[in-house]
Amino acid sequence: MKYVDEYRDRRIALALAGEIARRTTRDWVLMEICGGQTHTIMRYGLDELVPPRIRLVHGPGCPVCVTPLEIIDKAIELASRPQVTLVSYGDMLRVPGSHSDLLRVKAAGGDVRVVYSPMDAVKIAATEPQRKLVFFAVGFETTAPANAMAVWQAQRLGLENFFLLVSHVLVPPAIRLLLRSPQNRVQGLIAPGHVCTVMGYQQYDQLAREFHLPIVVGGFEPVDLLEAVSMLVAQLEDGRAVVENQYARSVTYRGNMAAQQILRLVFEVCDRKWRGIGNIPQSGLRLQPVFASHDAERVFGLQDISALEPAECISAQVLQGLKRPTECPAFAGRCTPRNPLGAPMVSTEGACAAYYQYRGRVAPVARQENE
Amino acid sequence: MNKMLKSAATLACPAPLAAGEIVLLGHGSGGRLTSELIRDLFLPAFHNPALARLDDQAILSVNGCRLAFTTDSFVVKPLFFPGGDIGSLAVHGTVNDLAMGGAQPLFLSAAFIIEEGFSMQELRRVVDSLRQAAEEAGVEVVTGDTKVVERGSGDGLFINTTGIGLVPPGVRLSANQAQPGDRVLLSGPIGEHGMAIMAQRESLEFESAIHSDSAALHGLVREMLKVTGAIRCMRDPTRGGLASALNEIAGQSQVGIELEESAIPVREQVRGACEILGLDPMYVANEGKLIAIAAADAEDDVLRSMRRHPLGVEAQAIGTVRSENPGLVTMRTALGTTRIVDMLTGDQLPRIC
Repeated sequence: MKYVDEYRDRRIALALAGEIARRTTRDWVLMEICGGQTHTIMRYGLDELVPPRIRLVHGPGCPVCVTPLEIIDKAIELASRPQVTLVSYGDMLRVPGSHSDLLRVKAAGGDVRVVYSPMDAVKIAATEPQRKLVFFAVGFETTAPANAMAVWQAQRLGLENFFLLVSHVLVPPAIRLLLRSPQNRVQGLIAPGHVCTVMGYQQYDQLAREFHLPIVVGGFEPVDLLEAVSMLVAQLEDGRAVVENQYARSVTYRGNMAAQQILRLVFEVCDRKWRGIGNIPQSGLRLQPVFASHDAERVFGLQDISALEPAECISAQVLQGLKRPTECPAFAGRCTPRNPLGAPMVSTEGACAAYYQYRGRVAPVARQENE
Repeated sequence: MNKMLKSAATLACPAPLAAGEIVLLGHGSGGRLTSELIRDLFLPAFHNPALARLDDQAILSVNGCRLAFTTDSFVVKPLFFPGGDIGSLAVHGTVNDLAMGGAQPLFLSAAFIIEEGFSMQELRRVVDSLRQAAEEAGVEVVTGDTKVVERGSGDGLFINTTGIGLVPPGVRLSANQAQPGDRVLLSGPIGEHGMAIMAQRESLEFESAIHSDSAALHGLVREMLKVTGAIRCMRDPTRGGLASALNEIAGQSQVGIELEESAIPVREQVRGACEILGLDPMYVANEGKLIAIAAADAEDDVLRSMRRHPLGVEAQAIGTVRSENPGLVTMRTALGTTRIVDMLTGDQLPRIC
């Protein structure tokens, strides 16, 4: 398959791994931001291919994982109301709230539907005017423009029964928080390719300068990620700290201007709580006042719902790359994808579930077998 | 609900969610939830040796004959899809469950649960298709049942078929017989039935449509069993896909199974559709494929016999049974690394990005 096979090619991947090994003379800690990248690393075992001196830690970029517990509770509360149809991307359905999850609400009679695009939710709102249609708008800068477009369309069509439960988050403020932490050990970043496809990578220039940190915008296939690691190692070994773009087939410096325009039109930046991390100033999006009549939290009076996270879950440390999932005492015992204590165990983009699913319980393979 | 949420919010550490309280769709997906339901509820309730084997069919000795006996319900939506419909599927599914025990299928029952208001013309189409599939498979539908439920109490049409077959003397296949060193053979490319259904549901259009692989496999099985007695077990990887079927074998035989990713055939269109929808073909349903576990020295003979049959032309050896990691399925990836191929907890859910 074109645009896929060449980025999963064994020969190219092994050549890149060899190049990384040749260039590496010291220990380096690298972080990939995006959960999609974490998933690829674990699925293809890329951490086995890079030399032991390169430690890959996994960042906070799983949108399912960082959606706060109380927003999940709000979605569950809404889906339980008889007049409401809750529309969501598939992987939000299994995320545990304080007391239930959307799959259970659906099984108990709640109207919960899965779509691939928020525009499908607008269509449902138009064809079923008697239903109150709430779209669960989670995710980073990647999913936000399409969700913005959905609200904009709904308003243009005069659909008074279309609402957004918004929990959008922005990547750069989270990275800044992480890098400022006294515990930070990350020396190089793989920036999220899809977020940068939308937003460009101007903002990452500032981060590279501010923290003297090499950043490479990376794609999602194994060859993309190995190439990104190789570029980071080259910068680190040379003492450089700039932003480079590995994912040039999708990402430009300024990004998708039309998408950014609709974002600004519909959303404004706000403080936002991240599950496992806590409140991060100016790290989220909410609807502009002119779209307030489509804001599910306001219209349905959900502001009072709050929730506490399970104390045993160390997702905060995992999402900041301070601990590996396998270093958690609950991993694969009290916490499994079947009974997750925290969100990183729920979605396969979450670091814990990716470890559990692909690597966590099998004896590691001897390195020489790969060479 | 609101009250519940508020009281939950005051707990410092809410207990993990117990999955037992109501039935979820995932309990029917053929993954881990299904296994748990069978283990915790059905097995203890009906406990007997034939059931405890947990194969696709029960093998029963009656007056010196060994009968294979199985049942399956069909709730597919849409009812008609490229490559088949609920009628042909109802024959193939049950015939294949018999065939995986090495049996020659003989007779079927067919029970129809029809929703009030269902189109008579469509019902006729389904029945014609079921009749034709039964004829082609050489089985007779000898008994049946009809129920009509009120509008809203069903989803158009459900069909249940039950099948009886005869197991030839000397044939003993069971998922608990895999041994270290055995080879894992697969009859052809995976994921076609599930993606044909998904593509239809999501209105995905490709240059040429993905066709379901729905087919009766007993002819292929008969050819394979002629060659050698060294086949230990067979499974048709339906719901839950190849990954779930292999996990079941690994669990029941308490062996590890190591797959070669590059050896597993997946057609280009299926790969494309899976990429678009964010699904893994390893977990997508098949209705006309089988896995056979065979002794290593019989591999070539069995593969040759498979490839001679129209339903096994693209048969491949895809892996090896190991003594390491009992109960686990692992995969050597295309890059030479190793990962687990786990059973799914519930349904495969499309990812956000």
